[in-house]
Amino acid sequence: MTKPRTHQFDTLSLHAGSRPDPVTGARATPIYQTASFVFPDTDHAAALFNMERAGYVYSRIANPTCAVLEERISALEGGAGAIATASGQAALHLAIVTLLSAGSHIVASRSLYGGSHNLLDYTLPRFGIETTFVDPRDIDAWRAAIRPTTRLLFGETLGNPRLEVLDIPQVAALAHDHGLPLLVDSTFTTPWLIRPFEHGADLVFHSATKFLSGHGVVIGGLLVDSGAFDWNADATRAKFPSLTEPYAGFHDMVFAEESTTAAFLLRARREGIRDFGACMAPTTAFQILQGIETLPVRMARHVENARAIVDFLREHPLVAAVGYPGLPDHPDHALAQKLLPRGCGAVFSFDLRGTREQGRRFIEALRLFSHLANVGDAKSLVIHPASTTHFRMSADDLLRAGITEGTIRLSIGLEDPSDLIEDLSRALYAAGKA
Amino acid sequence: MQLRVAGKDVYAYTGTRAHEPARPTALFVHGAGNDHSVFALQSRHFAWHGWNVLAVDLPGHGRSAGPALADVPAIADWIAAVVAAAGAHEAVLVGHSLGSLAALECAARHPQSVAKLALLGPAVPMTVSDDLLAAAARNDHVAYELINGWSYGPGSQLGGNRNPGVWMLGNAMRLMERTHDGVLSTGLLACHRYAGGLAAAAAVRCPALVVMGERDVMAPPRNARALIEALKDVRSLTLPGSGHSLMIEQPDAVLDALRRFIGVAVPAA
Repeated sequence: MTKPRTHQFDTLSLHAGSRPDPVTGARATPIYQTASFVFPDTDHAAALFNMERAGYVYSRIANPTCAVLEERISALEGGAGAIATASGQAALHLAIVTLLSAGSHIVASRSLYGGSHNLLDYTLPRFGIETTFVDPRDIDAWRAAIRPTTRLLFGETLGNPRLEVLDIPQVAALAHDHGLPLLVDSTFTTPWLIRPFEHGADLVFHSATKFLSGHGVVIGGLLVDSGAFDWNADATRAKFPSLTEPYAGFHDMVFAEESTTAAFLLRARREGIRDFGACMAPTTAFQILQGIETLPVRMARHVENARAIVDFLREHPLVAAVGYPGLPDHPDHALAQKLLPRGCGAVFSFDLRGTREQGRRFIEALRLFSHLANVGDAKSLVIHPASTTHFRMSADDLLRAGITEGTIRLSIGLEDPSDLIEDLSRALYAAGKA
Repeated sequence: MQLRVAGKDVYAYTGTRAHEPARPTALFVHGAGNDHSVFALQSRHFAWHGWNVLAVDLPGHGRSAGPALADVPAIADWIAAVVAAAGAHEAVLVGHSLGSLAALECAARHPQSVAKLALLGPAVPMTVSDDLLAAAARNDHVAYELINGWSYGPGSQLGGNRNPGVWMLGNAMRLMERTHDGVLSTGLLACHRYAGGLAAAAAVRCPALVVMGERDVMAPPRNARALIEALKDVRSLTLPGSGHSLMIEQPDAVLDALRRFIGVAVPAA
């Protein structure tokens, strides 16, 4: 029996989307730092504008360096294609505005990155898009929140900051039963830990600022389409007129006719990126590509280090609780073993016993951990969510999201774990003395 | 555009252009397990350059009603019926893979319906491996994986799409995964069993173009030699580095070859 031969994940991390430059032989992906691209003749120019030829016009719409990154993340996620955006927030916004209009509704996990929560809870209602937030573990709540106007279900692979594991197969099945797509934020996990499309998700986005780039030097986002959702099915066609009806903004193009599998990406690029303009810079794409080249080896070390730190903290007397799905006492441990067999990432929170002042002393006593608002850096990071990333949330919402005054979030980097444990030990000692 | 052929619904992509009787017609026929969208760039170009375009979904594929037609002569007759149903006197046929065999057979059986014949990735015979036929018969996902592995040239296996942001292998996989059970198997068997290619080629009276992929292992260029020799008025072209998915891997080269062969009018307003 002939067996299919496809390239494996580690190989795709290095090669997908790129070829040695045919003109210069450059092995690394060139940074095409140009706003525009010369047309060979006027007919060719018109054909490019009218989607009769493939190629490049203007770097807001598409850029060759960004395109390599778009193919690479698509290959790693097992998707049909992707769009690189200015940030993870821009990727989330692009997904929503491509599918939803005023009067539409989203059902979302309530355990979201604070920036995503802001967009859904405070900003989008101003444009007529409402969101109902639900406990990500409560499938009945997801179901009950779906309205006739619902157009999207949305959650994070690992909820922020308590790491609820999204039961993607279950939520995706519910979405599909209602003719709806499931959008997943996989920033904390990357495709090395989970490929959400294999579990039923339809769209995935990343803040590539985090583990994908891996070094805390760029801001960027990636929106990936599985290509599997049938926008033109009888149960969905009327829900998504942006893809199934003529678009006056592009010669009455019907995107679902133009491309059976990439209709969403076409509309997102030909409208969302064109008009909202939140594109990625080519130099940013290059830096994210550099990061992805080492994603497999970095993620393995991130996870290994995180597990060592988790094991240290859970035994420490000043630590009330450690929320990590890799631990047997985490409510999602069994689900994590099923969906995240390689591990549960390197971002997690723990609750410090004691006062707010002791929390302050802990953070300020750390020397290797950097106190800042980011995760997924090669260097270890720390933050106090209640006063920073989630500070706009009400006390009730914080409680529902599992965030207390003593909650500390760590992003474990690639340092020697013994040095990280020593740093944490000293800071915990200082907190105990406060 | 929706058409009715033999009492069944047929979908044809027109490039978002209304049909104009005064224009010539170009009809694009896809291969097994595909649909009209594999010709998206080329068909749209002709639609905006003076042609009525019908990029059809074969019966049982995409938006056209089934069942899938079981052999190449049946598809050939169906193509002629589509030309008539669209109100066209004749059409230029552009076929890929299975679609190329059906277009070839159509030109032989219905010469009055075919003005020119463009064959992309043809082979005569177009034998299909036993393993692929068996996997397709089981509706096994392995069939799609084998096709993807054999349908793109070595360079394309790692991407580098001219169409920004689309991962060719992933997109092709999703398209094949949409086919209903049995449809891929029916199409592959139609290719495998078709024995009339050389006779059809000898009977073709219209000008023909054959475009091959240098690295095509689904329909290797050497398997098109006899076909080229049998066609009376033929020009041929081999695209360096391309696999079987010519329109995706080298969309501009395919379009330019079609433009030279078919001819285009000034861009439509």
